[in-house]
Amino acid sequence: MSTSAAGGDGTETPSSLQSSGVPADRKGAPHRIEVDAVNAKAKRSGYAARVKIHPKRVSGRFRSIKWAVMIATLLIYYVTPWLRWTRPGDAPDQAVLIDFQTQRFYFFFIEIWPQEFYYITGLLILAAFGLFLINSVAGRIWCGYMCPQTVWTDLFIYVERFVEGDRNARLRLDKAPLSASKFIKRFIKHAVWLAIAVSTGGAWIFYFADAPTLARELVVLEAPVTAYFSMGIFTFTTYLLGGFAREQVCIYMCPWPRIQGAMFDEDSMAISYRDYRGESRGPHKAGTGWEGRGDCIDCRQCVAACPMGIDIRDGFQLECIQCALCIDACDAIMAKVGRPRGLIDYESEANLERLAKGEPRQSHILRPRTLLYAALIIGVAALMSLTLFTRSTLDANLIRDRNPVFVRLSDGSVRNGFTVRAINKLHETRQLTISITGLEGAIMTRGATHGSPDDLTIVVGPDATKAEKFYVSLPRAALAGTLKGGAANLVFVIQDPVTGQTITEKTSFRGPE
Amino acid sequence: MTDEIKSKDAASGSGGMETTGHVWDGIEELNTPLPRWWLWTLYACIIWAVGYMIVMPAVPFPTSDGWDYTKGLAGYSQRDVVRGEVAKSEASRAIFENRIASADLAEIRNDEDLLAVSLAGGAAAFGDNCAPCHGSGAQGFTGFPNLNDDDWIWGGSLDDIYQTIAHGIRWEEDDDTRYSEMPKFGVDEILEPADISDVVQFVLSLSASEHNAEQAVRGAVVFEDQCSACHGESGQGDRTMGAPNLNDALWLYGGDEAAITQTVTQARYGVMPAWQGRLGDATVKELALYVHALGGGE
Ligand code: HEC
Ligand code: HEC
Repeated sequence: MSTSAAGGDGTETPSSLQSSGVPADRKGAPHRIEVDAVNAKAKRSGYAARVKIHPKRVSGRFRSIKWAVMIATLLIYYVTPWLRWTRPGDAPDQAVLIDFQTQRFYFFFIEIWPQEFYYITGLLILAAFGLFLINSVAGRIWCGYMCPQTVWTDLFIYVERFVEGDRNARLRLDKAPLSASKFIKRFIKHAVWLAIAVSTGGAWIFYFADAPTLARELVVLEAPVTAYFSMGIFTFTTYLLGGFAREQVCIYMCPWPRIQGAMFDEDSMAISYRDYRGESRGPHKAGTGWEGRGDCIDCRQCVAACPMGIDIRDGFQLECIQCALCIDACDAIMAKVGRPRGLIDYESEANLERLAKGEPRQSHILRPRTLLYAALIIGVAALMSLTLFTRSTLDANLIRDRNPVFVRLSDGSVRNGFTVRAINKLHETRQLTISITGLEGAIMTRGATHGSPDDLTIVVGPDATKAEKFYVSLPRAALAGTLKGGAANLVFVIQDPVTGQTITEKTSFRGPE
Repeated sequence: MTDEIKSKDAASGSGGMETTGHVWDGIEELNTPLPRWWLWTLYACIIWAVGYMIVMPAVPFPTSDGWDYTKGLAGYSQRDVVRGEVAKSEASRAIFENRIASADLAEIRNDEDLLAVSLAGGAAAFGDNCAPCHGSGAQGFTGFPNLNDDDWIWGGSLDDIYQTIAHGIRWEEDDDTRYSEMPKFGVDEILEPADISDVVQFVLSLSASEHNAEQAVRGAVVFEDQCSACHGESGQGDRTMGAPNLNDALWLYGGDEAAITQTVTQARYGVMPAWQGRLGDATVKELALYVHALGGGE
């Protein structure tokens, strides 16, 4: 809504406009009053058109860090699916693989089964706490350096700058009428963007299939439709979000800027403008002194450098992803005019206040909030690694027959049926022996349908599960003494004689009351 | 509006930004305009929704005979999708069905995959066809045998079970049906009531149940004459005759004096339909394997 509510030449006050509208001396005569429609069309829009941002190139320490992080993260993303990892048996040799077909997640030496999905939950919890910790110590490091949206946007801006030139050249090109050279520049830019987008989507699908095989299939057009489809979606979103949406994603789509508002406290580091040092700002003539004025020469280099299109001197803002490029821009200027660096700097709100009052700055990295986050991270990580490294390669569960609960046999004995489901996480076939204890006189047999009735073993293939039925019967003579209230305790022992691994499963034997 | 916009001043706490004039507990709502592309996204969704309603089945409307709906240009129907998927799974099942149909029982039993498919198919067919008489867990009822146990009237080998299911028991429409008939000793006055009483005491003695020893001695003679031809010299039963074992712990019609007296007096004549014609040979094989695998198979 427009803020210029008062209308006309300003001769009338808003309150007189709201009265009858006819001044006393003009009564009876046709006349013209100075009034503006409060809801005029021009004022009605609740929507703002986006103003394109043309970030200016900067160089400096944070820019260098950002380049390094960009190269590192892109390398990790593109190279990871091609890493090989030798695994026994017919398990895939891709180091990181999410295999939907066999429902396994491979991560170097770790293999996760679907029922162990809680490890993924654990990883997500770790990631969340990690983000909280970094945030309360050093601000939005994630947003400024590591978020894919930031990394890819940076890459796309780099391409844009390479093809079309820096900020001023781009502004000019935008305004210029379409010409052959403009067309060629735009064409090259979009072509490179699309190439990056395709390879982004292309790399993604390699995480879900054997990368070399899939790459070959992709080229000869034999890959599954879903591969092309996912690639297409990723290509489109990368192109859209990196090339066009950019800061709009951070400002309007991403929940993290809102969440991190709650994570911040006065001791959190943030990109801050030292207003106590910078104000009052104004242009500075070379050779004149600095007394009675601030260090800020109002050159607006910080604004030109900002990929989010804000002025950091307005203070802490939701839009600021804390990429620190304005620090680099300002430091370069301060060096030029011979003032100390850090007029814009990583600084906490509390320190800004202290420094403004002339007190020394204090570092409060260790505070209850950060200690709590750190403790939680260590706790969750320790718990996860403990369970991960002590988890067994053999698992079994036991399901007793419920319909019927027990069967009376011709010699008067009572029989119960149990299904033993063995899970073999080794990549080799294993033969497990099944036995029972804890129930005097009980005999275990195997149904006659497959194999021999006395074969009390389960052969379970590599990296597989196998369920087999076993029968336990209690002779008539033993019944009365053993079954209390129609039930007695029974223990199954599932053992791998080779490794010595043993699993005991408690259950109960049921019979007539 | 004009008044509300006046709340734009630095002292109000909104940092000099325009507010909507709404204040809750001193917290003001900024009047930040939404990006215009967001509005376009909304319009795009509306256009999409309209297009979707035209292309896909969407609007229900009443007709003289019930409800109908606009079918949409694409002719999409979830029923067709389901039908297609059913057809697909039937086609993939058919491969197994054909293998099961052409393999003999021993072959299926030794093939892990075929056996697994057969047991699953057998379980489903049992629930549909057999559970009403034999119980959902095949646990049986009086007159309808428990198929989990090791006591078989007609035989517990895979082939015996297959034969029983395929052709039924005393099912006169099937020429190969299992057949036998115990005489109605009382009703047809083959035996005197006293003889019946004696032989019942003898039958009770066979399974070591409580009985009158004196009567049982007399009953043994009657049994020798009248019953052993079918039930065997020692009452062990005869599977070719479908005559149950009388000296075990399991009874088809009950093992107390009253039940046995009733059996001897009027006989039972249990009937089971033949299934081969109704369900097809492959399903009968699956059922035979399923019943065999219930625990009592021999
Ligand atoms: C209408 C009731 C009924 C239905 C339905 C029925 N049965 Fe039976 N079934 C019987 C009766 C009654 C007997 C015992 C007959 C006798 O006295 O020998 C029997 C006996 C059997 C036996 C022989 C048991 C033995 O000890 O030898 C088998 C096997 C069997 N049924 C399997 C099945 C299967 C499989 C189905 C489903 C396809 C089925 N039955 C459906 C009534 C039924
Ligand atoms: C012709 C052969 C035949 C003869 C003879 C015969 N039975 Fe049977 N008996 C059967 C058959 C068949 C059944 C199965 C029940 C039915 O379907 O009628 C049976 C069932 C029984 C049962 C029920 C078993 C149970 O599990 O519930 C008893 C008890 C029995 N017979 C006792 C006798 C006695 C006692 C005699 C002699 C007096 C006798 N039977 C003679 C064929 C015979």
